[in-house]
Amino acid sequence: MTTTRVAAPGDTVDALQHSRRAPRRGVAKHGKATPWLFLSPYLVLFGLFVIAPVLYGAWISLHRWDYTLPGKPFVGLENYQDLFDPSSTVYADFWNSMQATGIFTLASVPLLMVIPLVVALVMNKKFPGRNLFRAVYFAPYVLGVAVVAVLWRYLLDNNFGLVNYYLGLLGLPDDTAWTTSTPAAWVSLVGVTVWWTLGYNSVIYLAALQDIPRELYEAARVDGANAWQQFRNVTIPGLRPVLVFITMITILASANMFGQSYLITQGGPGRETRTAIYEIAETGLRQYQMGSAAAMSYVLTAFLMVLSVVIFWLFRERKSS
Amino acid sequence: MTADVETRPEAPVARRRRSSGEVGDKGGPRVVLRYALLIVLGLLFLSPLIFMIVTSFKTRGEATSIPPSWIPDPFTTQAYETILTAPGTPVLRWFANSLGAAIAHSAIVVATSAMAAYALARMEFRGRGFVFGLIIATLFVPPVILIIPNYLIVGELGWLNTLVAVIVPTAASAFGVFFLRQFFLGIPEELEEAARLDGASPVQIFVKVMLPLSRPALATLALLALLTNWNDFLWPVYVLFSPELQTLPAGLSTLQSANSVRYDLLMAGAVVASVPVLLLFVFLQRFIIEGVSRSGLKG
Repeated sequence: MTTTRVAAPGDTVDALQHSRRAPRRGVAKHGKATPWLFLSPYLVLFGLFVIAPVLYGAWISLHRWDYTLPGKPFVGLENYQDLFDPSSTVYADFWNSMQATGIFTLASVPLLMVIPLVVALVMNKKFPGRNLFRAVYFAPYVLGVAVVAVLWRYLLDNNFGLVNYYLGLLGLPDDTAWTTSTPAAWVSLVGVTVWWTLGYNSVIYLAALQDIPRELYEAARVDGANAWQQFRNVTIPGLRPVLVFITMITILASANMFGQSYLITQGGPGRETRTAIYEIAETGLRQYQMGSAAAMSYVLTAFLMVLSVVIFWLFRERKSS
Repeated sequence: MTADVETRPEAPVARRRRSSGEVGDKGGPRVVLRYALLIVLGLLFLSPLIFMIVTSFKTRGEATSIPPSWIPDPFTTQAYETILTAPGTPVLRWFANSLGAAIAHSAIVVATSAMAAYALARMEFRGRGFVFGLIIATLFVPPVILIIPNYLIVGELGWLNTLVAVIVPTAASAFGVFFLRQFFLGIPEELEEAARLDGASPVQIFVKVMLPLSRPALATLALLALLTNWNDFLWPVYVLFSPELQTLPAGLSTLQSANSVRYDLLMAGAVVASVPVLLLFVFLQRFIIEGVSRSGLKG
């Protein structure tokens, strides 16, 4: 059962004895079709549920595509024009949801970049209990958004929640409507998300910190660098590739925030915390206006792509000043 | 601990100078500060989970009592009995759905990713760079763009409102291919070469040499896929309509709209949805955390 058993040469020979063939042209590597046969199961799924939808979505967005109606007339860019036309019916709701996604992303990404880095720096030492703490901080992440959101809606309940109760004990206002008023609802959504995903980013940071060669710190110390200078000149440059990665995945995750809003605030108060992805899912899959919803998803994606380019540009390798 | 801080303030400073970034320093204010920070943060992370479990064993009234109690009095399993038997919220059925879907999804992810990753890591063919580049590029495609068209594709296939809809469409894992390819590249080629000289076919080398050598990586990917699928929320909410076909996260949403302030019931439901993943995490956290930390390393 162990890897060594299988790797033992005698074993391999035994297991493969029956298939021995005369070697063609020295050692036959593989036929031309072999790589594609290995790739085919993956590529079928990938083509059908990743590549095709990207193209199909663009096609849908050019039609008045209502699942419940028979005709799906081609309307060109009308769905897109409507999204940018203040007098159209979709304009207000769509941009409200884009604003909600924007607020959430702006508020959550910096926190999800900095706090996990601080936690990782504190953990980047050998000390008893390190793995235990790492596991504790990571634990909420394995729960999934539904459990986390249902749990926090309880903890944030106006009247019966732990949060208001303990704030009261500390002498702070104890009647904040954490889930039904803004800006408190934003604090809730961001706070819950930080609690939920802090461990994920910390673990990635921690692995990257441990990859920074110790000698670089030694050298910096020899040169008389203090702790801040070491952080600035050794740690941050060493983390650069991971910083880009974490920024990208955190923005992508925050811009796709759905469950927290769906379960904790139900998009409220009004529609203030209804995010773009929430609006797209409701428009397309509840009201069946799929053309409009597909157009929305392309506009959101365009925003995210521009943002990605900006981030790559910001993190580009600079000549040392 | 505080006495220690006050009496020997210089010692740790001296030691710190000597120690390099990784080596721990024992005793001293820095250590006390670090543990204080870690413990406070640890409590912030654990106490909500503990309160969730505690509340699930409370009566309806105690779940909304002020001040909140940390020990159920009386201790009751009433909430569990209610949600497990209520007709509109078949929690046991949801549990079975989630488990079956997660296992099937994980198996498909591991099988398809491993085969593809093997071809990309070890075989030379025209178009390899293109295929790999295309797969990696989709790591940064926002999933939102797939929702509407995939709903229609799944509808065309007749999978709406079936568990297949939550098992298959999300199974083309770009991360899985990337992760396993990296792992395969790290395995010395001599082992395959030996098998090849013995006349083994690519399929035999893959099944009998590569896969057994890659067990830790396969286990990590299987676990991550299992967790992702178990916790998936948006997609099941929209593609599963029948109450008895929900997965647990989608079911929790149903449970919440049916019992908005029955927090005893909601916490019991949340515990049912958490216990399997928390157990997996407690026993296999090494694999899970390794997998996540590896995902940040550049290729």
